[in-house]
Amino acid sequence: MKRVYVNEKWCLGCHLCEYYCAFTQTDKTDMAYALRGRKIFPMISVEDSGAVHFAVNCRHCAEPLCVKGCITGALSIQDGVVRLDQERCIGCFTCILSCPYGAISPAEDGHAVQKCELCLSTNEGVPQCVKNCPNAAIVFEDRG
Amino acid sequence: MAAFDFYPDYEVVRNLDRCIVCRVCERQCANGVHSCLEEKNVMLADDSQCVDCQRCVLLCPTRALKIVKSDNTYKQNDNWGKKAINELIIQASTGSVLLSSMGNPETYPIYFDKLVINASQVTNPSIDPLREPMETRVYLGAKPAAVERDDRGRIKNNLPPQLKLSMPMMFSAMSYGSISYNAHESLARAAAELGIYYNTGEGGLHEDFYRYGANTIVQVASGRFGVHKDYLNAGSAIEIKMGQGAKPGIGGHLPGRKIVADVSRTRMTPEGADAISPAPHHDIYSIEDLSQLVYSLKEATEYKKPVIVKIAAVHNVAAIASGIARSGADIISIDGFRGGTGAAPTRIRDNVGIPIELALASVDSRLRNEGIRDRVSVVVSGGIRSSADVVKAIALGADCVYLGTAALLALGCHLCRACQAGKCNWGIATQELELVKRLNPDIGYKRLINLMRAWKHEIEEMMGGMGINSIESLKGNRLMLRGVGLNEKELEVLGVKHAGQ
Amino acid sequence: MLKEGQIRIPSGCAISGIFSRAGQRFGGRDIIKSISIMHERSNGLGGGFAAYGIYPEYKEYYAFHLFYDNDAAKEHCEAFLNRHFVIAQTSEIPTTRTEGVIGAPLIWRYFVLPITTRLSHSLLDEKEYVAKCVFRINTEFDGCFVVSSGKNMGVFKGVGFPEDIAHFYMLEDYRGYCFTAHGRYPTNTPGWWGGAHPFALLDFSVVHNGEISSYDANRRAVEMYGYKCTLQTDTEVIAYVLDYLTRQKGLTLREAAWVIAAPFWQTIESMPEEDRVVYEYLRNMFSSQLITGPFSILVGFEGGLMALNDRLKLRGMVVGEKDDRVYVASEEAAIRIIEPELDSVYWPKGGEPVIVRLEGGNQIGGV
Repeated sequence: MKRVYVNEKWCLGCHLCEYYCAFTQTDKTDMAYALRGRKIFPMISVEDSGAVHFAVNCRHCAEPLCVKGCITGALSIQDGVVRLDQERCIGCFTCILSCPYGAISPAEDGHAVQKCELCLSTNEGVPQCVKNCPNAAIVFEDRG
Repeated sequence: MAAFDFYPDYEVVRNLDRCIVCRVCERQCANGVHSCLEEKNVMLADDSQCVDCQRCVLLCPTRALKIVKSDNTYKQNDNWGKKAINELIIQASTGSVLLSSMGNPETYPIYFDKLVINASQVTNPSIDPLREPMETRVYLGAKPAAVERDDRGRIKNNLPPQLKLSMPMMFSAMSYGSISYNAHESLARAAAELGIYYNTGEGGLHEDFYRYGANTIVQVASGRFGVHKDYLNAGSAIEIKMGQGAKPGIGGHLPGRKIVADVSRTRMTPEGADAISPAPHHDIYSIEDLSQLVYSLKEATEYKKPVIVKIAAVHNVAAIASGIARSGADIISIDGFRGGTGAAPTRIRDNVGIPIELALASVDSRLRNEGIRDRVSVVVSGGIRSSADVVKAIALGADCVYLGTAALLALGCHLCRACQAGKCNWGIATQELELVKRLNPDIGYKRLINLMRAWKHEIEEMMGGMGINSIESLKGNRLMLRGVGLNEKELEVLGVKHAGQ
Repeated sequence: MLKEGQIRIPSGCAISGIFSRAGQRFGGRDIIKSISIMHERSNGLGGGFAAYGIYPEYKEYYAFHLFYDNDAAKEHCEAFLNRHFVIAQTSEIPTTRTEGVIGAPLIWRYFVLPITTRLSHSLLDEKEYVAKCVFRINTEFDGCFVVSSGKNMGVFKGVGFPEDIAHFYMLEDYRGYCFTAHGRYPTNTPGWWGGAHPFALLDFSVVHNGEISSYDANRRAVEMYGYKCTLQTDTEVIAYVLDYLTRQKGLTLREAAWVIAAPFWQTIESMPEEDRVVYEYLRNMFSSQLITGPFSILVGFEGGLMALNDRLKLRGMVVGEKDDRVYVASEEAAIRIIEPELDSVYWPKGGEPVIVRLEGGNQIGGV
């Protein structure tokens, strides 16, 4: 299955992936209109430490702890992708605590969580963070 | 004195209606132009630091940025232009020689733009490159005077070593040190995949790149940086750099801050110390000395590699080229005054040397007049901007062209001409790891391949239009060119007729 | 009006050639018939013939055919000839008044041999000496033009339709073992006799149909080797390229054909190693002699005839054989009109030379 991988060697720490991720979540067609004056809640986040940068998002683990810990069944595995049903999420944040990668975060309204679902809803075939990474540091590959 | 020397030449224009304060511009500017006033959640810019490299403009996800030429103006003076005044002011402040980079940007004539290409009509069919073979293969190297046969009368291959290229274009000398590891990797991998050559420049060859040796030309310059026996034998040809179009008559200067560990090891010079190549080769003070170096290098490589001698296009270029052709060199490379550099004194870059079109035409004519054009191949560089320039150069008489600036543009360069600062925001002319990583060779080499393939297609289209299906029939075929708006003397030097003739 | 030599004039054409392998000499009637059937391929602005084996009584001598604009030019040139050659015989070439043939120059013929002492002082071989003298006349002597300069052969050409030119020169009366013919369709009207075809140097003569796109690349290359392209025609440069490759570089005619109409690299790559090396060598070594653009040529030489098409076969060319006769022409009709019952007819591929020679005869340069 194809997953998002980040090659630290080429990650520039520009944080563009975060903004494209946040933009994708809106229903707007223009990023400036969508994001200007707003705090963003991306599902990918770039960790910086000096010259080291690394974008982190959901690994779509084969045996995800988040799914095991979810008390409402809001998280599930569908075709290898860890999916979230926000309608069923009650915002207990158990998954946030159990994810070893810190890839799940509270959603903007604070009452539910949000996580990367590989932009399945955009129908573009490739996640926006991958498409818009200026240095091809974020890739969408099947590594078995 | 005033608070600052002069108003910045370029201004950062930020469209606040579009800025989302993502701070990409701030993170991507190595010159510290952009900053964020966090309490107001607004971005600021210090125009005085901007080199107009376009990095922030192109990475801004909402297209909120542009750089414009300042309209601040001095009192109109057709003699003392803004550039002259500002440069003088800098020198009055610093007492320094002005430094700049890349090729001569001044308003000299561009002869390529005054030459037009022929096409077939009626009397001779044009050839469709999509339907017929269109050949761009080129061999570089000396041709022997006579054909030899074996006892059975079969022709013997008595050719000295040759370079075989799939198209008449190579990547010109750019040293590791002046440009980054990733830039070199991109050039090497692209050359290998394209079946052409790239040139190491004068900084030696990084050990990781020995595996691209079959597509590498190793350079020997006056500083002899990184030159040793294995290096000479690592490439497919050796280039002796006598001069460079951007700075004829002077040597090179790689600032110590670009001599980081790997560069130092490759160059065999101390880390952090400026690497200065002398103006002349101190073992070459005349043409016979050059011949000795040519043969020393051939001895060192057992006569298995062609030797290229690279010179800058200067006034006496035809006579010098003639001397080189008789020195044992296999290939002459001529670099015109538009040729790029990682650093050169501004006055030299902008005032020394001649246009490559005129230099090429006069060298080719001179070598033919002396009957020695077959003894050497001629490679030209310094101002090749498109496939049309390539076609024109070959029609004027070149065997092949070297591309430097064009290759860098493919890798992301936007000609801000601040390479000497070592803070290239595109990861090309820098050794700062944080910047170097901005050039991902996986992307870079593909862009170089795209560019070369695109140019090759265009060359084939133009050749087909002329009814020529093999590049050798274009070489020196000056009837395929006409001048537009050139005077008699220019036409005479170029050896072409005026349009309409 | 600029004439050939001052301006480059493209032209379309018809060509034809007849060769007797047995070396039987025959009259000019057939070749005239053959070229006239292709009347509409020429436009009356040039026609000409090369004939081999026509001067057996002077076969040891170089037969110089010359055009002079006037008596002064002739006098000037003859003084030069006298300084450099022993002249065995001088005569005006017989012509007859022909409607449609106008503006004829003075047309003279000389059978000559180099003066021995002058030749040895020149340090040149005999043919090179003769060729150099031809170049000097053509470049330095106003109003003089050497039409042909080979042994036991001659070129007869002028402005007019080829059949009219043949009548003018009374070509029917010449008997040779090989004739080639050319009818010209230039794209403007220079009307200069020297510019008509065939073009000849020493015993090489070339008739050509096409317009080569590599012209200036070829011209500038051969001029480097001492040739002077005084006419700026394709035919002239092809003749020089062939002369350079065979006489100066020692290639066989077949090898020379591989150079000027070289196989494509993709073809060369698929050849057996032994051949591949040779073809690659020739293309690399003689890259400036590759000829691109359309051409079909007939190259006459002492004892043989070569027909060759460009590498894409952009011009028609047919070969027919009957007994010892070989016919080559732009169109099959031009062969059938003189020999309706052929043993074989074929269309040589682009770049595939057809070389015929006198049986047991002089094998110039090998095959």
